[in-house]
Amino acid sequence: MKDLFLSSLFIGAGISLLAYFSGVYLKNRFKSGIFNPLLIAIVLTIAFLKILDIDYETYNMSAKYISYFLTPATVSLAIPLYEELELLKRHYKAITAAILSGVVTSLVTVFLLSKIFGLTHSEYVTFLPKSITTAIGMGVSEELGGYVTITVAVIVLTGVFGNIFGELILKLLKVKEPISKGLAYGTASHAIGTAKAMEIGEIEGAMSSLSVCVAGILTVILAPLFANLI
Amino acid sequence: MKYLKQFLLILLISLIGEILHYYINLPVPASIYGMVLLFAALCLKIIKLEQVKDTGKFLVNIMPVMFIPAGVGLMDSFSVLKPIIVPATVILAVTVITVMFATGKVSDAIIKAEKKEGK
Repeated sequence: MKDLFLSSLFIGAGISLLAYFSGVYLKNRFKSGIFNPLLIAIVLTIAFLKILDIDYETYNMSAKYISYFLTPATVSLAIPLYEELELLKRHYKAITAAILSGVVTSLVTVFLLSKIFGLTHSEYVTFLPKSITTAIGMGVSEELGGYVTITVAVIVLTGVFGNIFGELILKLLKVKEPISKGLAYGTASHAIGTAKAMEIGEIEGAMSSLSVCVAGILTVILAPLFANLI
Repeated sequence: MKYLKQFLLILLISLIGEILHYYINLPVPASIYGMVLLFAALCLKIIKLEQVKDTGKFLVNIMPVMFIPAGVGLMDSFSVLKPIIVPATVILAVTVITVMFATGKVSDAIIKAEKKEGK
């Protein structure tokens, strides 16, 4: 089986897609948000690889072709954003204030919790960029002296957590406006959360894309100011 | 052919993003530069919406699938996360909630105030 994996260009990508559509099937069958296709795809694929004793590198030789489209897809997030240009112009004050509050809240929350848990400086800065998109977060963590591999894991988990529980959290917090929901998704759980916001609605998706971009850049500027607090 | 042509345009913008990432010494990825560039090009009418819309929307639609390999990569991270699993889990979950609270509520409040003013 491992030999097949090593020689096939399609098996890793195929299994990932098959696992994803199993998730979509379950979601439609039970009409419940607990069946998050992305989470199900990740869990099923990991289980499959573990059972057949195939390592991640081997799997990724094929699966990486799915991720190849991530940059063009992220670039394309500008399209839904442009389609909501009028909304953006009309609500620029709310949008700017909301994303800035979110970024500062993220940094302050990580600082306070790190203080409570008595984390070291390196551990603390590893978590500082956790809310922003992976590529920016990695850079920030590296620059501040964090453990980059842990940062990546925490960022991905943050995205998956926001993707799964975002709807419930926003409902419990009684956030009403579609704009506000989109901003919350993007600022709290970056591109993976945006994938969910896109499914909820066009306004939510557009605002979420914008937040990923703005929150990422704001964190690059603000994280160094917080870095030396621990 | 239409789709391929649109894909070429998106790919070229991604490429310009990569070039900017290569020369600018900031932890900003090519995709973010590209997104800003495409948005600016659309606003300035350098690129028309129809020139990128179909392929772009398709890519955005299938985006969740593209995160599967990164998610599966977590299978290798478990050993590094294990020693700090408790703080990591708490920080992870609590931050998502506080950030959603701050962002969502600030936005809701300002929009509500603006609506009142408008009336």
